[in-house]
Order: sequence, then structure tokens, then C-alpha cells
Amino acid sequence: MLEQYLGVAILMAISCAIAIGMVTATTLLGPKRSFPDKDEPFECGESQIVSPYQRFSVKFYLVAVLFILFDIEAVFLFPWAVLYQRLGWFGLIEMIVFLLILGVGLMYVWVRGGLDWE
Amino acid sequence: MDLFSFTDEFLIDLGLTLLKIGFILAVTVGFFAPVLTWVERKQSAIMQDRIGANRADIMGFTALGLFHIIADALKMFAKEDFIPQGANRLLHTLSPIIALVPALLTFAVVPFGGKYELWGHQVNLVISDLDVGLLFVFAIASLATYGYVVAGWSSNNNWSLLGSMRTASQMISYEVTMGLTIIGVLMVYGTMQLDEIGAAQENFWRWGIFLQPVGFLMFLTASIAENKRIPFDNPEAESELVAGYFTEYSGLKFGMFFMAEFIEMVTIGAIVTILFFGGWHIPFIETQDIIDTFNFSWLGPSIANLITMGIQVGVFFAKVCFFIFIQMTIRWTLPRFRYDQIMKLGWKILLPLSLVNIVVTGIVIMLLK
Amino acid sequence: MSDLSENLHSDYMTLNMGPSHPATHGTVKFLLTLDGETVIDMVVDIGYLHRGFEKMCESVTWTNVFPYTDRLNYCSAIMNNIGYAEAVEKLLGIETTERCKYIRVVVNELSRISDHYTNIAAAALELGALTAFIYFVETREIVWDLLEMVCGARLTSNYIRVGGLMCDIPDNFNEELEARYPKLDSLYDDVDKLLTKNRIFLDRMRDTGVLSTESMLSYGFTGPCLRASGIDYDVRKAHPYLVYDKLDWDVPIGTVGDNFDRYLVRMEEIKQSFKMIKQAMKDMPDGPINVDNPYMRQPSKQDVYSRMEEMIAHFKITIEGLKPPVGEVYMPTEAANGELGFYLVSDGGGKPYKCRVRPPCFSMTAAMEEICKGSMLADIIPTFDMINMIGGESDR
Repeated sequence: MLEQYLGVAILMAISCAIAIGMVTATTLLGPKRSFPDKDEPFECGESQIVSPYQRFSVKFYLVAVLFILFDIEAVFLFPWAVLYQRLGWFGLIEMIVFLLILGVGLMYVWVRGGLDWE
Repeated sequence: MDLFSFTDEFLIDLGLTLLKIGFILAVTVGFFAPVLTWVERKQSAIMQDRIGANRADIMGFTALGLFHIIADALKMFAKEDFIPQGANRLLHTLSPIIALVPALLTFAVVPFGGKYELWGHQVNLVISDLDVGLLFVFAIASLATYGYVVAGWSSNNNWSLLGSMRTASQMISYEVTMGLTIIGVLMVYGTMQLDEIGAAQENFWRWGIFLQPVGFLMFLTASIAENKRIPFDNPEAESELVAGYFTEYSGLKFGMFFMAEFIEMVTIGAIVTILFFGGWHIPFIETQDIIDTFNFSWLGPSIANLITMGIQVGVFFAKVCFFIFIQMTIRWTLPRFRYDQIMKLGWKILLPLSLVNIVVTGIVIMLLK
Repeated sequence: MSDLSENLHSDYMTLNMGPSHPATHGTVKFLLTLDGETVIDMVVDIGYLHRGFEKMCESVTWTNVFPYTDRLNYCSAIMNNIGYAEAVEKLLGIETTERCKYIRVVVNELSRISDHYTNIAAAALELGALTAFIYFVETREIVWDLLEMVCGARLTSNYIRVGGLMCDIPDNFNEELEARYPKLDSLYDDVDKLLTKNRIFLDRMRDTGVLSTESMLSYGFTGPCLRASGIDYDVRKAHPYLVYDKLDWDVPIGTVGDNFDRYLVRMEEIKQSFKMIKQAMKDMPDGPINVDNPYMRQPSKQDVYSRMEEMIAHFKITIEGLKPPVGEVYMPTEAANGELGFYLVSDGGGKPYKCRVRPPCFSMTAAMEEICKGSMLADIIPTFDMINMIGGESDR
């Protein structure tokens, strides 16, 4: 069972090594010349007015919540899809009911305006 | 519990795995990632009536601009690694790694050829033949989101933050769509293992494009959106957000984000090829035919298998190149969406459509049975 | 959505868009207050390219102002030359020769075309369609080649003189024009195909940057942006100058006045300008290009070296400048982007007492705040592109 993942583990180790090597190389090789004006974060040539570390618009988080809802439901579909041809009509009808519930949820969010930006 | 048994068989497997990893890394990091930077410039130049990348030369010899790759690499290594004041230095350094590693890791389950019998040993051209296959790809690919979000957040820059917020909402939105669009494929082939899906498409008319045409279009759209390329490059829209989440990145750390993008292009090409375009199969020619063609008496079946393997790996990467070409052509043709239009496309069009696609696929399969 | 965000406390983000931002070409600053992606408040901050053009004009002779006018709208330098020359000629009360007027129309329309090319190309570029940008830059290069044939310069041409022109157009100019039409047309068609019916481009441009007609008029909109909202005002038709009343052409007008209409009006104006150029080249009479008055127009070198009177005139124009009568004049011309007006005051001396420019984009840039409030961050880009603020002209 775990032998399957041996390749993944080796590949992961090598990719991490490559990535870390690249970051290390660029950190060590490049010149280092810093002065206060240069170190400022880029805001089109002006100084920052507000710090980015503040409470950000809630709209972005709404998308995240919706994602969790729908992605988990999508995960339920994966095993069903693989076994679908063995489950037959029963599986189909069951999944149509499931998708209907999912669709109702989507409709609810849609009508409530959760998918609109404005 | 004895996890691994160090038998001869195991050592051969390990050696083969290492060979395959070496091959994949050579192809992606060593070939595609650098060469695609050149291809992108050269193809756009051809599309736009320009001469294109041809400045870098060695002793006056330009090799069609291929030396730009070397010049780029040297420049990126020699550039100052800049971290702005007030930024989280650890996360700022870590995020390119988080972005690049998943891009490479998805190749672990992507087969680049079929199964071949070489000298009594079964060779399966995939690094790890996981039973969760496709799920692994999605799981790992979604990890890259962290890299981009953390990159924007840790930069102490408002533009970066906006870019990373866009990245987060765009990537997760299209992940849902991407997951749902391939359900149809899984239903048709009844497996999540990519090498089995590929093997099931030996017959030309069993290719995914014919069985799941809507699924193909939706998957391609969603995966380009997932890779944040034009028309979906809102997270880095240079005219809106300066450079989005990597505004504060320089040198090779910046280059790593680009590398991840190019490698993801290859991944998308590979997965689209396997799911929808018959993987490593040549239309109307079955694998056994190729083996038989080369199976002369003096060559032996193993050599014939080896030749077949070479041909099919070549075919596979040719198809991948074709899809990279498609992605580049799209990138150099279309303008970019607005943020809310991307969200609308993902949630209001692709998501319901993919649900309908699942139901229709289910009914059709049942009726044909 | 709104009821959700009301109960959750989140802060607005105030940030500088510009002066050094990829979208704020021409150097301008937008001080934005964002709620996520929505623009809550916006302050336009101009003046980064202020060079004191109007004050500079007061220290040079009337004729020496021309090189400065080149730098107003650098995408269509000749139009500024013409606007200033027409104003000075109106002040002097002289009429240029017929051939001069036709040539001015030709170079004027060529500049308008190059300006529209630049504008649409930049808009396409900023919406991410780099290929359309490169195509129109190529057409602009061809137009600039033509202008280079005429006056030897591409960007800052300095071609027009008071009472005439720097030089006549080359003899084979018409053939050169004809030879370039096919390439220009095919590239125009390519861009048309790439953008006009492109769904993404349409979505980005449609219903963005809309402003009510009353607001537009009170802000002082002119040019393609005003005509896009359906108001048929073109200085070339309303107050004809040069020979625009003798040519057969139409003023394209839009309906809704959104960014897409502004784009369509510009695309159509390119066609109309070519139509005018073709007619003007056909109808162009022979004859002198300069007024026959050595005290108004610098005489030719040959005359200066061979005739006493011309020698004196040359000396007086160069050292003292030509001397318009005491008075003031306002001369509107239709530049690529709207009404370009020169308001000149003369105290009878050789230098302008006052030279005030009414740049078309200045008043339109002021409307950016009203247009963009409540829209999305990304909508600023097409709106600002279609407003076409030129720093050199707006900040002077």
C-alpha cells in the first residue's frame, strides 16, 4: 500500500530540494544594497496610506465559504462516479436527488445574491 | 509492520521509479519550463508580426533567440533578492517554494505512456500508480493556492494583497468547477487512475473528447483559470494590480512563480491529453499493432516494446505540446475578464452546466447499457 | 450580500493608484478607497507633467511656440500645431492659401488616425489583448512613416507655420499613401475582428464608464467621448475651419455613451479620416503653400539672401516676432480627443501676452471621479483609456 507512495515521496523530496536550492541560491548570489526608500513596499511611488494587515472586505471570504460547501459535495461525487456503472439506475436516481439538493443550495446562494459582486 | 521488503523486485522498482522521476524532472524543469519562456516570446512574436527574442547572442550567433533562456537564468540568479520593509520574511521566502513544489508534484501520478513488458519486467510509465489518481492531482494542485495567497499577504503591499485575494477566490472557485467537470469522465471510464483512463482510450472513438465534449471544454476553461493565464490572469493583471501577488518579488523567487505557471501549463496539457485526447495512443492504431510491427525475429519482443514505448511517449508529449500551443494562442488572442465576470462564469455558468453534464452523462450511460 | 457585509466589520482600503502605475500612462494619480474590489471613493490627482507651457509661451516669439505645442498631445503633434497656427492666423486676420489648407487637412487627419490607433491600442493592451496593441502600433508606425515623409519628424513634427507650412508635401506622396492603404486596411480589419466582436472585450467595455448626458455637458466633454453618447457635436462640422466643409464625411455618433460606444466611434472616425484624406488628396489644388506676406511668414532662404525687403522681414520676424494687432482670440479645433482650443491675447508685441490652451482631456479627466465611483477597480482601466488623458496636454 505505502509502496505506491514511495515515488511521490521521492519526487516531493527532490522538488523541495530544487525549490529550496533555488531560493537559497538567489538569496546568496544577488547583491544586497538596501536603503530606507528602496525598502518601502511598492505603492506606485507614494508611501502606503493604510497597512494591508487590516480587516479586509468580507466578500472574498464568502467565496471561500461557498467553496468549502461545494467542494466537499464534489468530493462525495468522486467515489460515486467511479462506481457508477456498477450502481445502475439506483445510483443514478440517488445522485440526481443529491445533485438536486446541491442545486437548490446553489439556487439559494444565487437568489440571495451571494454570487453577485455588487 | 514491515513497510518495505527489500527484495530484488523492490530494488528494480525503486530504480525504475528513480529513472522515471529523473525523466519527468528533466522534461519539466529541464526542458519545458525554460523552453516555454522562449516559446511564449517567439510564438507571440510570430502572432504579432514581430521578430521576437533574438537579442541574446554568443559570438554573434543567436540560435533563434534560444540563448535568452540562459540570459534569463543568469539574470535571475544575479538579481537582488528584495524583501520589502514590514514584510514577513519567512513567509515571503517560503511562498515561492509552496507554489513550485505542488506544480512538480502533480506529475507523480501523470502517466506519460502505457504499460510495457521489458525483459520480463512490467514497466508502467507513471511514477506512482495511485488508485486515487485524479484526486491526488486536485489535492496537490490546490496546495499551490497557499503559495500565491501567502506571497501576496506576506509582502506588506496593498496591491499584492488584492492580487492574493483575487487568486484565492478565483482558484478555489474554479477548483469546484474543475472537480465537477471531470466527474463525467470518471463515470464513463469507471476509474480514477489516470493510467487506466489513458489505457481505456485505445479505440479512437472512445476518446474522452467524443464521450465528454462539454466536459472537455469546461475542463480546459477551468484549468486555464486555475493556472491564472489570460483571459483569467486577474490575480496578476498588470494594468490593474501592478503585478498582483508577486509585485514585491524579484530575481529567482519571482522566476519560480513563472516556472510554476509554465509547469502547470504542461500539467494541464498532460491531463487534458490523458482524459480527453487518448493519452499516448495514436488514432486508429492499437498498441499491439505497433509492437507487432517491430517484433522481427532478430529484435525480440522486448526491443519491440521499447520502440513502442519510445513512440508512444513521443506521441504523448506531442499532444501535450499541442495543448500548450492552444493555451498560448488563447493567451495572445484574448483580453482579460473582469474579476466579477470570472466569478460569474465559474459559479453561474460552469458550475450549473457541470451539474447538468453529470446528470446527462448518467442518463445516457444507463440508456446505452 | 449587503445585509451580510453590514453585520461584519471590515475596513476600506485606501491606496494610491499612480503616479507610477502601469495603467496611469501620462502620469496621474488616483487615490482610491476600495471595499474589496468596489471603488467607494476616488480622487484624481493631476499635475505630474506640468511644465509651465502657458508661461513658457509668453517668453518666446509667436512663431517659436510651435515646438512647445508639439509636446501637448504627443500622439498627434500636428493637430496642436494646426490649432495654434489657426488661432494666430485668426488673430492676424490672414487667410492661408487653398493648397495649404488641403495639406493641413491631410496631415491633421493622419494625426487623428495615429492618435486613435494609439488610444485603441493602449486600451486593448491594458485589457490584456497585447496582439491587438501590436497590430495598431504597426499601423501607427506606417502613418508615422508617412508623416516623416512630409516633415522629417515622426513624433514631434513641428510642421505647421503661421501662414503656411514648413515645406510642401513630397511629389509622390499620393502614391506613397495609396501604396500603404491595403496594409493599413488589413491590420484595421484584424484589430476589428480581435476586439469588436470579442465577447470578453465587449463585456469589459459595455455599460462601463457611463455618465449621464447632462453631466457630460456640464463637465465639458467634447470629441469622441461626447459623440458616443449621441450628441452630434464636432467642431469640424459646427464651426468649420480649413476645408472641412468642402469634404464629404460623416460624424459617427453612439447611443449609450459607454466605453464600447467610445471605442466604436473612434474606430469609425479612423475610417472617416481616411475618406477625408482620399478626397483631400484628389481635390488638392496646385499653388503656393505660404501666404504672400514676408511679415507674416518667414520668407524662403533664397529670397532672404537675394532681396533686401525679405532680408529685413526675416530679421524682424526672427528677432522681434510677428506683431499681431492688440486683441484676443479663441480658436477651437477638433483634435483627436475633443475640442482643442487656443485662447491668445496679444498686446501688439512680438510675444504672446497670454496663451491659454483648452485641452480636451482636462475636463474629461475631472469626470473620472463621478464615473468610477461605485464601479469596480477593473473598470477604471477601460474608462481611463477611453477618456484618453494625455499628461502633456492635461497638465501642460
